Amino acid sequence: MDNDRIDQIIEKHHGEPSYLIQVLLDIQSENHWLPKAALERVGEKLKVPYTRIQHIATFYKAFSLVPKGRHGIHICMGTACHVRGATRILDAVQDQTGIKPGETDLDLKFSLETVNCLGCCALGPVMEVDGKAHGKMTPSQSAEVLKTYE
Amino acid sequence: MAKIHTPEELESFRKDLLSRKDPSRPCISICAGAGCIASGADEVIAAFKTEIENQDLQAKVDTKGTGCPGFCERGPVVVIYPEEICYLQVTAEDVPEIIEQTIKKKKVVERLLFEDPATGQKVVREPDIPFYKNQKRTLLCSNIKIDSKSIDDYLAIGGYSALNKALFGMTPVDVVGEVKKSNLRGRGGAGFPAGRKWEGSRNAEEKIKYVIVNADEGDPGAFMDRALLEGNPHSILEGLIIGGYAVGAQEGYIYVRQEYPLAVKNISLAIRQAEEYGFLGENILGSDFSFKVIVHQGAGAFVCGESTALMTALEGRVGEPRPKYIRSNIKGLWERPSVLNNVETWANVPLIINNGADWFAEVGTEGSKGTKIFSLVGKINNTGLVEVPMGISLREIIYDIGGGIPDGKKFKAVQTGGPSGGCIPEEKLDLKVGFDELTKAGSMMGSGGMIVMDEDTCMVDVARYFINFLTDESCGKCVPCREGLRQMHRILTNITQGKGKQGDLETLQELSETAIEASLCALGKSAPNPFLSTLRYFKEEYEAHIDEKRCPALSCKELIAFYIDPEKCSACGICRKKCPVDAIDGAKKTIHIIDQKKCTQCGTCLEVCPSKFGAVKKISGEPVPPPIEEEKRTLTKKQKASVQ
Repeated sequence: MDNDRIDQIIEKHHGEPSYLIQVLLDIQSENHWLPKAALERVGEKLKVPYTRIQHIATFYKAFSLVPKGRHGIHICMGTACHVRGATRILDAVQDQTGIKPGETDLDLKFSLETVNCLGCCALGPVMEVDGKAHGKMTPSQSAEVLKTYE
Repeated sequence: MAKIHTPEELESFRKDLLSRKDPSRPCISICAGAGCIASGADEVIAAFKTEIENQDLQAKVDTKGTGCPGFCERGPVVVIYPEEICYLQVTAEDVPEIIEQTIKKKKVVERLLFEDPATGQKVVREPDIPFYKNQKRTLLCSNIKIDSKSIDDYLAIGGYSALNKALFGMTPVDVVGEVKKSNLRGRGGAGFPAGRKWEGSRNAEEKIKYVIVNADEGDPGAFMDRALLEGNPHSILEGLIIGGYAVGAQEGYIYVRQEYPLAVKNISLAIRQAEEYGFLGENILGSDFSFKVIVHQGAGAFVCGESTALMTALEGRVGEPRPKYIRSNIKGLWERPSVLNNVETWANVPLIINNGADWFAEVGTEGSKGTKIFSLVGKINNTGLVEVPMGISLREIIYDIGGGIPDGKKFKAVQTGGPSGGCIPEEKLDLKVGFDELTKAGSMMGSGGMIVMDEDTCMVDVARYFINFLTDESCGKCVPCREGLRQMHRILTNITQGKGKQGDLETLQELSETAIEASLCALGKSAPNPFLSTLRYFKEEYEAHIDEKRCPALSCKELIAFYIDPEKCSACGICRKKCPVDAIDGAKKTIHIIDQKKCTQCGTCLEVCPSKFGAVKKISGEPVPPPIEEEKRTLTKKQKASVQ
């Protein structure tokens, strides 16, 4: 992500240091992760120490300090999905992709995350891939779904 | 759209809006809430639009993508006005038939109607469906009627008339008085009286004040606030503006989680529309009250739902709670008086102003007034959002509205109050729902998550699940929460893995006491609740895990085993093919055997074994029967027939 774009985002939030989290969210949503250079630029422009930016970037779950895969898998671990067997779906997906929650595979194909509720509890257990919800999953179905992604 | 400058202009604009609406004109409302979209509502909406265009009906029929009406189980939900015909589980393929039959010929499409499972009778009108009939919907009822992106729709159902009334018919003190009199208690969990909170801020000396909407709905399995934000954002905004007027604030904030992109979009749009119409900005409706609202997105931290942590996050810092020696309504955001209320609390405000405190207080129990939205999820037939009067019993919610437990299973417990709440067992089902009543039973109201659990749910695992959640979400400031929860999670995990030992329960209780006593914020103080409430009502499950290494619910992976009953196996081979780890040995006409060493207890074999055979068994606390001898494994035709 180039500095001009980062500056535009900061400009959108009027260069206010209290909008730091909003600025980082915008960068994250466009770039899918927060490169060190981008964080340094934000710190410079907003006049916020780099340590504080690191503190925020590691505290909040929305931020990633490493690149993400082409497809984002989100397994809902909300209570409703949990009682309907979300753990079994997670186990199956971990086995298939070889990665654990928070990780990305070496080919940058999949990134796996768990989320705490997607709000489609009627469809639980739910697996979301690239924003599309797959409901009423079973371990074998989740494997079938993932096979369709390249 | 030109700005509305006076209350008279607002009313004449509303009249004009209504006069342009023909009440007999058909309107197709399609739920575009997150639940229905996950079930394919987008395709349904697109199909309606195309079909209407193809048939050249644009001038005769309206379509609307609306907020969530609550019946997520049967989504996508379509309601056709003015008859209020309710179609459930509609797919894009059903659309031409609906247009042809219902819109053109005024006939009902029977197969898409709700069928009462008890009587088999079809129900045509939305309000007659038992799921809705047994509710009292004062907040949620508007969701399906209005296009969530249209301020005109909100105005047409009387929107912003409460703001008008407050600004021109009441002093700020009157407004605070009315809210106080209604005894509206905070819907976010703690149930603090909203009027008292407002009064404290109003009387604070500092001139700059804030009002804030807490829309950081982080409880897993709860999505009430999202439904309101997505479906009827103006109702929350109107409440917030009235609150700003009452306490004397100039600025309002809406703190909404970034995991709710549609809610962020709809509320941001609502703010822009309100600014355009003059309900926000300088001299609102010609009064001398000026007010602006800013949306702030959360970045994924459960603890930011806590009032002081939320305010710290609003200041652009890491969301850690701070001590509340001085309450945040006196010294909150940037050390100034700040009134923070939950989404649902704010949405109640316009109703109270319009209908009066007495109207609101008519419903409910002694200590808890009005209605409450719950998200009824888990092992329940009718998953969805339900709005019920305070004082209704849990049994009515679960059985009359929720339709009971699926697959003929037995009810075990209902968990309320989110991760910090507790589990309520069967014998307490007649408990009346209210803030104080639930606390007495060892749980809490919380924001309104209600997770139903059946006999297959392991209560030790539920406690482990919540403690794990809270360990993960602890901000790390206080040692008893940060380290204590981690230890509790370790011990509970051991118990679910069959490594529990004598004394574990006592250690857990000790850790709980310390966390309750010595944590700063509500997250830590209430974190042991899931353990304590399950121990209180389900101690025998803990003992079975520790003493007998048995999981009574057959749910803890390390304590269960799958095996194939040789008497029932007909060697169909489905389980062998589906097993992800090739742990099943067998062949055509050869009885299948699970290699226990390879088995990962994923349960796929049990799931895929045809019910007419039912050969796969799940056991716990007993040794797996030895595999059938090799020479007896061949199935003869006769044997095979007897199995079938």
